[in-house]
Amino acid sequence: MSMIKIQKLIHDYIKRDDEGNVAGTVRAISGVDLDVQPGQFIAVLGHNGSGKSTLAKHLNALLFPTEGTVWVDGMDTKDSAHLWEIRREAGMVFQNPDNQIIAQVVEEDVGFGPENIGVPTEEIWKRVEESLAAVGMLEHRKKSPNRLSGGQKQRVSIAGVIAMEPKCIILDEPTAMLDPNGRKEVIKAAMKLNREKGITVILITHYMEEAIDADRIFVMDQGEVAMQGTPREIFSQVERMKELQLDVPQVTLLAHELRKAGLDLPASILTKEELVDALLGCETGQSTEVAEKQKSTAATEEQKNSAATGEQKSTAANRQVQAGEEAGHGNQG
Amino acid sequence: MFDSITLGQYYQTDSALHRLDPRVKLVGTFAYLIALFVVDSWVGYLLAALFLAAMIKLSNVPFRYIVRGMKTILFLLVITVCFNLFLTPGEVIWQFGFLKMSKEGLSFAIKMALRLSLLILGSSIMTLTTTPTQLTDALESLMRPLKKVHVPVHEISMMMSIALRFIPILMEETDKIMKAQIARGADFESKNLIKKIKSLVPLLVPLFISAFRRANDLAMAMEARCYRGGEGRTKMKPLVYKGRDRAAYGVLLLYFAACIATRVIF
Amino acid sequence: MGIKVDDICFLYERGTAMQVNALDHISCEIPDNQFIGLIGHTGSGKSTFVQTLNGLLKVTSGHIYYNGEDIDGDKFDKKKLRSDVGLVFQYPEHQLFEVDVITDVMFGPRNLGMGDQEAKQRAVEALESVKMPKSLYTSSPFDLSGGQKRRAAIAGVLAMRPRILILDEPTAGLDPKGRDEILGLIAEMKRTLNMTIILVSHSMDDVARYVDRIMVMGGGKLLYDDDPVKVFRHVKELESLGLAAPQITYIMKLLKERGLDVNTDCLTVKEAAAEILAHRRELHV
Repeated sequence: MSMIKIQKLIHDYIKRDDEGNVAGTVRAISGVDLDVQPGQFIAVLGHNGSGKSTLAKHLNALLFPTEGTVWVDGMDTKDSAHLWEIRREAGMVFQNPDNQIIAQVVEEDVGFGPENIGVPTEEIWKRVEESLAAVGMLEHRKKSPNRLSGGQKQRVSIAGVIAMEPKCIILDEPTAMLDPNGRKEVIKAAMKLNREKGITVILITHYMEEAIDADRIFVMDQGEVAMQGTPREIFSQVERMKELQLDVPQVTLLAHELRKAGLDLPASILTKEELVDALLGCETGQSTEVAEKQKSTAATEEQKNSAATGEQKSTAANRQVQAGEEAGHGNQG
Repeated sequence: MFDSITLGQYYQTDSALHRLDPRVKLVGTFAYLIALFVVDSWVGYLLAALFLAAMIKLSNVPFRYIVRGMKTILFLLVITVCFNLFLTPGEVIWQFGFLKMSKEGLSFAIKMALRLSLLILGSSIMTLTTTPTQLTDALESLMRPLKKVHVPVHEISMMMSIALRFIPILMEETDKIMKAQIARGADFESKNLIKKIKSLVPLLVPLFISAFRRANDLAMAMEARCYRGGEGRTKMKPLVYKGRDRAAYGVLLLYFAACIATRVIF
Repeated sequence: MGIKVDDICFLYERGTAMQVNALDHISCEIPDNQFIGLIGHTGSGKSTFVQTLNGLLKVTSGHIYYNGEDIDGDKFDKKKLRSDVGLVFQYPEHQLFEVDVITDVMFGPRNLGMGDQEAKQRAVEALESVKMPKSLYTSSPFDLSGGQKRRAAIAGVLAMRPRILILDEPTAGLDPKGRDEILGLIAEMKRTLNMTIILVSHSMDDVARYVDRIMVMGGGKLLYDDDPVKVFRHVKELESLGLAAPQITYIMKLLKERGLDVNTDCLTVKEAAAEILAHRRELHV
């Protein structure tokens, strides 16, 4: 069964004038279909106002469809009998670290969710301890949230969600207000939960680097899913991403520039290692005798390198093949 | 800007008082305050002062720290004393112009000052040894009977605890907005009252907007974490009376009885 | 003339057990018409530093001279300093409060004692500089989009006609397009208004693209103050400070490690692409 299944979702916000009368509606989401399998790490990208945060709130039954249906673990969000079960199973972490911590002590905040769903006291303590340990915040359990850094506060919020033992966590731009270190901490924590506990993670972000390791990316634009695919499929389409007012990772951008200049590089380079491998690959393939003489020292150096990392090279070649196929799929989709 | 207010802020340490159930401390403080109005003799005041001294000793909070907090309300104390000193009619013992000090006034003023100081020190001992969270928990628990008459006890205590959490955040925010407006040439130090009130608009409007935005965010975050009022909620740190708490109630009862005794005897 | 910072220190909670050395003996000069990137992780002292520059915080020791005058001197006009050294705080849209955009931008000039007409003229100029569409001048600032709000708030400082404009994390919380817009705007303002701009940031990639000079702060100290290219040669040291060089620098370094003799002093994608292509051409001659 899908962890999350969305069919033909439409969401209209009601606009009111100064007197509070309905002045019209604004369509935030118009016809989204989406399917997330248990255990996946999903990234949802999109510029501000593309509808991605509205979408997120549907997954936790904080908003309800104007039209269409959202199922969380098989439960229809419109069915009020399942409301609390849905909110427990699909936990949510928001953007502003200050505005979602309720208690004045870290451990009490983590215990807030379990308290709400009536977990017995002893069990709460156990869960709080485990959750804080899972995000690496156990040593700060007695602290006031006001004394923590942004990244630490967000990790406490994540702990607060996992203490409710959810199957899925939705992170709604959790890193937008953090510095680079804080961002890394939070993404690492989310990644770890996904890998080690098999919790489905839906990460909404506009930092492209955070999406590189996702299993699948959805790109939102004007309330619709404009692109979907693996990170390779998505980021290889540099021009399309620019149209959607988004970035691609700098490495991919550099590869794109080099391709435009006529270099024979694969379209789907995501890491600097891949780029360097690809560059060195086409270097040796094309270089003339003169060049080789000129660069003899460099070449021997490189041979040493490739001898030492022969395995790496072959995987790079595989990657290229694979990437080529994926890019093909991306175009069809 | 707000750093100077230390009156009754929680002092983190370990002591017999810190470990006591917050309900005992809350009831105890009320009992102490009532007792202060029961006693009326010098012996009674001595008893109250001794009891307080014992509590301070038990709290492990440095006396200097407690007294430093008193500074903020010294002004209030002086005014009250002056009023009582000069405005109580009776046998005049000292006169300066229209100011007359009576014997009754002197004795009354001293008692008043004593009563006020003990009152403030007594209640700050509670807040010094009890975290705001414990306090709201205690309030919720003690007011539970009121639920029967439809007082939203849980909601009140939740509101108090959230307010306490956000006070430092809003203070910081105030400071930030003030600086931002000063950077745009705003003047918050004007002596002119009308100007001063006007100058608060650029501070208060952003502050209120921010507070509402935070409230909105927080409500959504609480809902997302399955908060639906006090029904069916369990507690991570439930309040359970232990032996020492019962003993403390005993001591309190004895003290209260002694106070009534001083009233009757002296 | 600019600002001269002479051995300043700033202590928070002075004299208590919580004393923090937020600024630790900093000296530097900030001349006219320069684009400076000020970098450091949270808590490095960079926010404190910029607040001392326009007199919002008074230094504990040392001196700051603006156009040769000590800003803590008796006769010094702080109000003039605050209009000359404009400071745009983080999330500046949180300071908007007026009924419409243009009145909000007029707040600064009015505080400088200008009449409505002059203030309005200044406001219009500032709004034009931040490319605010005319149709939005009379909108409520709270009806604008995130990026527009931020631009309105920047205009609010710009209307004071600062000689030095300090922007604290102006791209925080914006999406890639909003970020590029704001950074492009700042670079353009630098060109057209001949100001000195200090861009406070923790994003190396943002900073590397635009600035002439980078100052790196850590633990209240000014650790590096040099050309971007030279600063980013210290990748290891930057990393130990919780910072990083631009991603491009890492790619070039890796290329070099793997035997491709490229110049690693590239900071942007364009530079790197040019360098790699040039290197290849060299090989194939």
